[in-house]
Amino acid sequence: MPATARDYSLIGRDARLAEENGFAAAEWYSCSIPRKELKELMKRSDGPALRDTALWVSCLVLSAAGGVFFWGTWWAVPFFVVYGVLYGSSSDSRWHETGHGTAFKTRWMNDILYYVASFMILREPTVWRWSHTRHHTDTIIVGRDPEIAVPRPPDGIGLILNIFALKSTCHTLKGLFLHASGRLTKEEETFIPEMERQKVYLVARIYLLIFAIVAVASFQLQTILPAMLIGLPTLYGGFMAIFFGLTQHTGLAEDVLDHRLNTRTVYMNPIFRFLYWNMNYHIEHHMFPMVPYHALPRLHALVKDDCPPPYPSTLAAYREIIPTVLKQMRDPSYFVVRRLPGGTTAAPYNHGSIIKIAERNTGRAS
Amino acid sequence: MIANWIDACAAGDIENEDVIRFDHEGQTFAIYRTEDDRYFATAGLCTHEAVHLSSGLVMGTIIECPKHNGRFDFTSGKAKGAPVCVDLRTFPVKVEDDRVYVQIDA
Ligand code: FES
Repeated sequence: MPATARDYSLIGRDARLAEENGFAAAEWYSCSIPRKELKELMKRSDGPALRDTALWVSCLVLSAAGGVFFWGTWWAVPFFVVYGVLYGSSSDSRWHETGHGTAFKTRWMNDILYYVASFMILREPTVWRWSHTRHHTDTIIVGRDPEIAVPRPPDGIGLILNIFALKSTCHTLKGLFLHASGRLTKEEETFIPEMERQKVYLVARIYLLIFAIVAVASFQLQTILPAMLIGLPTLYGGFMAIFFGLTQHTGLAEDVLDHRLNTRTVYMNPIFRFLYWNMNYHIEHHMFPMVPYHALPRLHALVKDDCPPPYPSTLAAYREIIPTVLKQMRDPSYFVVRRLPGGTTAAPYNHGSIIKIAERNTGRAS
Repeated sequence: MIANWIDACAAGDIENEDVIRFDHEGQTFAIYRTEDDRYFATAGLCTHEAVHLSSGLVMGTIIECPKHNGRFDFTSGKAKGAPVCVDLRTFPVKVEDDRVYVQIDA
């Protein structure tokens, strides 16, 4: 077959090829950890997330109060920058951790924060729960993963627009109107089961209602202040979400069954790690999604010798990401090859070579 | 249909609040032991994407799947919400002379 541009849609040619090549729902490499230690790491508790959430909410309230108090002066700017980052960027990791159900031990606490953070980052909770599920099953498998942030060739304009969440917001707004009218896209139908769809429609209507209320309030009060507090922070405060998010997989291999080859672990400073809830340990998270964010540094210590060296800083990661993205614009076949420990070259390693063997299940309850 | 009691493992092979995998004649099961020493068995693979539940986490009477954190109550097999939507099949278990037996349809 002649080389053609990859088809990233979930219902296109590469979706079919991924299935034919055994990339769909395949077996992935996993570092070996004794069960006892893994159980210890997977243990849930409410303490760390309660502490972090209390701090996060306090900072949100204080920065919002400062912004409102100084509204109309330049002093409001730093307060809204802080508020925006907490609202429009760090909500990403809160959405993520609570979506996995690992942040808190108590289920309802996860659920509440999941819905609040989903709204803040402007993601539809049910749609994204299912898309993220697929992302974990088929990480960076073309035609299967709906969350490939930088397809090749990269969309430079889209990336720039997304510094302030503009492209993603347009996409979400379109989706909200579609879902509020009781429909899904053809792609969404591939990963959202029938029984979950009413929830999608209901939440889309609630989101639109909230935005309508904020718009009416802004209009009535003749100020955009209400929108500066609810809605707009997703845009003006979204730059750190993309800054962190692009470190995860950008520029690394596609269609490999080993997270060490398509995912980065990056050392970050404590403030970044608070904002990002330790998602910088991203290989570890993908390999063991049951380990809560607060245990990821301990997990990292256990597996790091079986992984490529972590990036020593966010800057170091970007020193690789930016030139790679620029190069991929000219040469979409280019990607960064991560070297595995022991000097193994990544290229042929696990590139679809380990394919899941069908097992006979013992049956589903009827 | 004949129901067979199959000797699966020693009672002590499973730690408290834990799960192990048990394979028998091409079928795979998960056998659980609760904190208070009760034993249960379910189908071994998650109903979402057929991942072995034995690598998951037991919390009380809940088993959390290692792949997407889907949860089941292993005493009833009930799926506890997205991404698991289909209940898990359960199997009767008895403990005799420190051995765990699972009743499997032949
Ligand atoms: S495979 Fe078990 S929750 Fe997805």
